[in-house]
Amino acid sequence: MSIEVRQLSKRFGDFVALDQVDLRVDDGELLALLGPSGCGKTTLLRMIAGLDRPDAGQILFAGQDATTRHVSERQVGFVFQHYALFRHMTVFDNVAFGLSVKPRATRPGKAEIRDRVMSLLKLVQLDWLAGAYPAQLSGGQRQRVALARSLAVEPKVLLLDEPFGALDAKVRKDLRRWLRDLHDQIHLTSVFVTHDQEEALEVSDRVVVMNHGRIEQVGAPDDIYENPASPFVTHFLGDVNLFHGRVEAGSLTIGPFAHAVHGLDDAERAVAYVRPHDLDITWVADGALAQGRVAHIHAVGPLVRLELQRDDGAAIEVALPKERYRELGITPGDVVYVKPRKLAVFPGGADYAI
Amino acid sequence: MRAFSLPPTAEGRATRWLLTAVAVLFLTLFLLLPLFVVFQQALAQGLGLYWAALADNDALDAIKLTLLATAVALPLNLVFGVCAAWCIARFEFRGKSLLSTLIDLPFSVSPVVAGLMYVLLFGVHSPLGGWLEAHGVKVVFAVSGIVLASVFVTFPFVARELIPLMQSQGAEEEQAALVLGASGWQTFLRVTLPNVKWGLLYGVILTNARAMGEFGAVSVVSGHIRGETITLPLHIEILYNEYNFVGAFACASLLTLLALLTLVAKTLVEWRQARAAARALHETQDRRTQAMIHLNQESA
Repeated sequence: MSIEVRQLSKRFGDFVALDQVDLRVDDGELLALLGPSGCGKTTLLRMIAGLDRPDAGQILFAGQDATTRHVSERQVGFVFQHYALFRHMTVFDNVAFGLSVKPRATRPGKAEIRDRVMSLLKLVQLDWLAGAYPAQLSGGQRQRVALARSLAVEPKVLLLDEPFGALDAKVRKDLRRWLRDLHDQIHLTSVFVTHDQEEALEVSDRVVVMNHGRIEQVGAPDDIYENPASPFVTHFLGDVNLFHGRVEAGSLTIGPFAHAVHGLDDAERAVAYVRPHDLDITWVADGALAQGRVAHIHAVGPLVRLELQRDDGAAIEVALPKERYRELGITPGDVVYVKPRKLAVFPGGADYAI
Repeated sequence: MRAFSLPPTAEGRATRWLLTAVAVLFLTLFLLLPLFVVFQQALAQGLGLYWAALADNDALDAIKLTLLATAVALPLNLVFGVCAAWCIARFEFRGKSLLSTLIDLPFSVSPVVAGLMYVLLFGVHSPLGGWLEAHGVKVVFAVSGIVLASVFVTFPFVARELIPLMQSQGAEEEQAALVLGASGWQTFLRVTLPNVKWGLLYGVILTNARAMGEFGAVSVVSGHIRGETITLPLHIEILYNEYNFVGAFACASLLTLLALLTLVAKTLVEWRQARAAARALHETQDRRTQAMIHLNQESA
């Protein structure tokens, strides 16, 4: 089922949680809402579920207005960040809950409930824990029970609030790959909230980057990573170096350096954003953005991380492949030039702080 | 070798003995001896007189009235306590802190003052009391006044027990139930209530003890009409003032027994909670073993 959000707004006192947000989630899509805490992503998710009421705007399920529909009638599955399993019920009863509270006319029989619950527990690979209580499970197991419980009522939409936020790194990685596989199996329209850009980029079909109650950019993961639409998105999706300068006749000028850029209007002030792995190091100033003295070299892993110090004291981070690093033969104290393979230039020049 | 080793932060032997002795002495003097004296006095002139004092008509009336007041106060405050706790723990609204303070009022106001408030409000000379009197309803110096006073002084017990519990548990489980399609009532019965059942029982036990033992507020609104508005604590006072020590202590022993019973019930509730937690822990260890076997089988 598709979801459409139109001009949705919400404020808590003076704080604007959502500011006229428009969004469309296609049928069968796995969408990530990504942003820093307080950006409104969880508020948006809870409004789609019907757990919070918007101040203004509309929510449509499959083209039909569902703004005022009660949470228990929205047919959504919701997975809470801290699982919210019923602590006094066994895993089996937790998963069976949604079926057992149905009105008598539509409630399946006892045997059918048992079959459905056990097949769901098999799906999340926890059928052997049916008799356990939530307190007896690990975090990852609880999260999977919560997922099975929300799937039991055959929801039309699955909503997940920071589903892996409370898990340790290893379990987190396993579980998100598992969620992706699960989604490929059942193709349920799903929206999940996260503040972890790696998670959003790895798991989802499309990513929505939010900030201050607004949507900054919507797009496929690689599209967003390669072509960030704003300084905020560039910042939020990973480490980045900033170079302040101006655009003049097709080239970005930073002090004595000039780098050719195409299709940009002249601007008195502009900032170039370059990721550490998009920077190369050269011994010649031609086409470079800046020069710096090599301050530190971290040579662990496939990428060598170098920290350069500019004349004004600012640091530049560069990540080089090991072969390139050996080829250059850099040692600490060398003065080198950095040249971008790829850069994003935003006019204006104001620093963007998150 | 010493039978047990002390942590390095423990006090010396002499200090420990002294502290223990002080505690035991204090308990004996202020708790055990009075308890002993109550039963000793009650049974001083044999079991026959003890039973006679309890089977006395006035005593039986007092017991009945006490039970009646408790039977009304308990369900009323149970319902009120759950509602108030629900409101305060689950919702943000204007005047929430005021409501929270009001719930504590019966704790902070002297019971005598509480009784006086009812006399002033419902007495024959007040407009409300006069109007009620004209319609044949008597509150002050009547059974209904005693019931009202009992309800008032036991007001906070259930709510105060539930509010911190419900606040610490949070509303997420209830929200999860609603998303899964449960109605408000189903959510309450199947999620909220089971989660707070021990706290609720604890509150009920305390309410019961206080309702039966209340003296001050009830004394003011009672008017001391024998056989009509005398509860057990009031009856004890009357007997004592008439130098009927056997009768007074016989009735007092009843209330003391109730107190002991309450303590036993309270301990039982706490013990059951602890046992449930211990069992969960134990089962977790079982599950872990089971999980290991399961994993070994899968990898085999």
